[in-house]
Amino acid sequence: MTTPTQPAAVRARGVVKSFGHGDTQVMVLKGIDLDIYQGEMLLLVGESGGGKTTLLSALAGILDIDEGHIDVLGIPLSELPARRRTQFRGETMGFIYQQFNLLQALTAAENVAVPLLIQNLGRREAVRRARLMLERVGLGDRTEFLPKNLSGGQQQRIAIARALVNEPRLLICDEPTAALDGPNGQKIMELIREVGRSPDRCVVVVTHDSRIFNFGDRIAHLTDGRIDSIDSIAREGTA
Amino acid sequence: MNYIALKMLFGDRAKYLMLLCGLTFAMMLIVQQGSIFWGLMIWSQSSVSNLNVPIWVTDPGIAQVDEVKPIADTAVDRVRSVPGVEWAVPLYKGLLRARLSNGEYHQITLTGLESSTLIGRPAEVLEGRIEDLRQPDAVVVDQWTVERMGGPEVIKIGTIFELNDKLARVVAIAKTQKSFTNIPVVYTTYERALRYVPRERRTLSYVLAKAKDGLPAEEVTARIQAETGLGAFTSEQFGWKTVRWVLKNTGIGVNFGTTILLGFIVGMAIASQTFYLFTVENLRQFGALKAMGTSTATLARMILLQAYTVGLAGYGLGVGLASLFGYLAARGGGLPFVETWQLLVLVLAALLAICTFSALISIVKLARLEPAIVFR
Ligand SMILES: Nc1ncnc2c1ncn2[C@@H]1O[C@H](COP(=O)(O)OP(=O)(O)O)[C@@H](O)[C@H]1O
Ligand SMILES: [Mg+2]
Repeated sequence: MTTPTQPAAVRARGVVKSFGHGDTQVMVLKGIDLDIYQGEMLLLVGESGGGKTTLLSALAGILDIDEGHIDVLGIPLSELPARRRTQFRGETMGFIYQQFNLLQALTAAENVAVPLLIQNLGRREAVRRARLMLERVGLGDRTEFLPKNLSGGQQQRIAIARALVNEPRLLICDEPTAALDGPNGQKIMELIREVGRSPDRCVVVVTHDSRIFNFGDRIAHLTDGRIDSIDSIAREGTA
Repeated sequence: MNYIALKMLFGDRAKYLMLLCGLTFAMMLIVQQGSIFWGLMIWSQSSVSNLNVPIWVTDPGIAQVDEVKPIADTAVDRVRSVPGVEWAVPLYKGLLRARLSNGEYHQITLTGLESSTLIGRPAEVLEGRIEDLRQPDAVVVDQWTVERMGGPEVIKIGTIFELNDKLARVVAIAKTQKSFTNIPVVYTTYERALRYVPRERRTLSYVLAKAKDGLPAEEVTARIQAETGLGAFTSEQFGWKTVRWVLKNTGIGVNFGTTILLGFIVGMAIASQTFYLFTVENLRQFGALKAMGTSTATLARMILLQAYTVGLAGYGLGVGLASLFGYLAARGGGLPFVETWQLLVLVLAALLAICTFSALISIVKLARLEPAIVFR
């Protein structure tokens, strides 16, 4: 299904990004070329501090890049003004973070409803859809809990539900298992693969956790600011 | 999104309470100090307002009501002859020492009212009848005089004390506005006042007058001034003149001004600081919202909503507490505390300004916020 003939959903070319200036300037991304296809789950791996998060932020249009182009779903993201980019992000992307980043004052259901509220959906309908989504991640009985009363794994499930409630075309996950122990990490990856992956969505997962490498369809290695190789992962049962 | 903003605000109870306490404290401080200040100003001109007459005439160089500059006795007739003057009566005002039967001496202000009309007499009487002033040796005191000279055991109706070795007998106790200096006031008739005080060349302190119906007091004071060369003021002008004098010459203006200003600055600094901290601590959550596609304009609206919500709550509580204080402490008029709506409006405006200001600081911070913060 990752047919190279099909146009890429995300297409990065020659992406360069530096931080700081003068003597302290560090070039983190030194010319990234990367295609991510619809329906696939791509793992992005590399050393800690190697620029994985920076690349994700750039792909999401959260971070301005110095050079290069990024197209997402045919839209030249890197050329859009900031306001349009923010709007585009809200409409097409979902995020899962290492630190969950849930709003502490909101219940699980309200947290999941946030992306819908941002899109101006009414609160009642948003929360109703959020509850359905929570059921899909196995938290149907925890919808009215505050994050602080839930375990790390459960909080990350809320985050997954939140990332998916909007039916995003692009799901971006930054080290989603890093704050969790081994078994919980495995479960979260299974969940992301199960409910996150769909034919019209591409999923990017950044990780340096080798235990979850086999969850992807392809695995891209970020070394010294460049993508130095991309491997397909043989999986039994993968169509 | 407003719902989310309010939930964020109330959800973190500790921070919310801290914010609310800071604002409440600041508001209370400002309203309380402002009201006391205003109360003092009202007191400082109570020698004018207690007499409740429309026009005061005296030496043109007069600085304030308690500083008496005697004028020629003929002034009463000269003022009466000015067209537009309905009536004009003399008033004596002077400092004197009273000697009580227990041997105590008290400095008092003797106020002599024209005997046939008793114009300028206190509007309210607690005990006795003001009209009894026409009896021999009669004087009227007010409740503050009773308090200052030893309380109701020492000063009551029928009490006799000496003014300059001459007898004075209390026939009534009036209710008046406390004065700033709180020197006891003793009312008597004009003629008797002159008998109490040592003989002087000029004894007339003020001419009290009223404009004919339909004529504005300002116009008549101008005429009096032009025709007699005396200083003529409406009671309002004279009250303000006195307030300004007190502000300038007693240090009250500077002292209280500083306190109020400090209260303001400290209060507002606390408020904006806490609010800013609140935002900074929520930066990550705002960053997450931004990453999920919330526009900066929406974030700004959320922050403003949070600021105004807690601001207005603090305002309500602060004003409430200050009013309660005023009610408890100033009951019976013993403490100066006058809460005017102007002060409340002013403080509200300042509060909204400060809420907007601290929200703006936070908004600028958010606008510059890299949503990438959430990946860290
Ligand atoms: N906003 C920033 N300002 C300065 N340096 C940054 C910033 N973001 C990332 N970096 C630097 O860029 C490098 C790559 O960071 P990051 O993309 O977070 O790596 P990874 O996610 O692979 O661990 C690090 O050296 C980091 O210190
Ligand atoms: Mg990272």
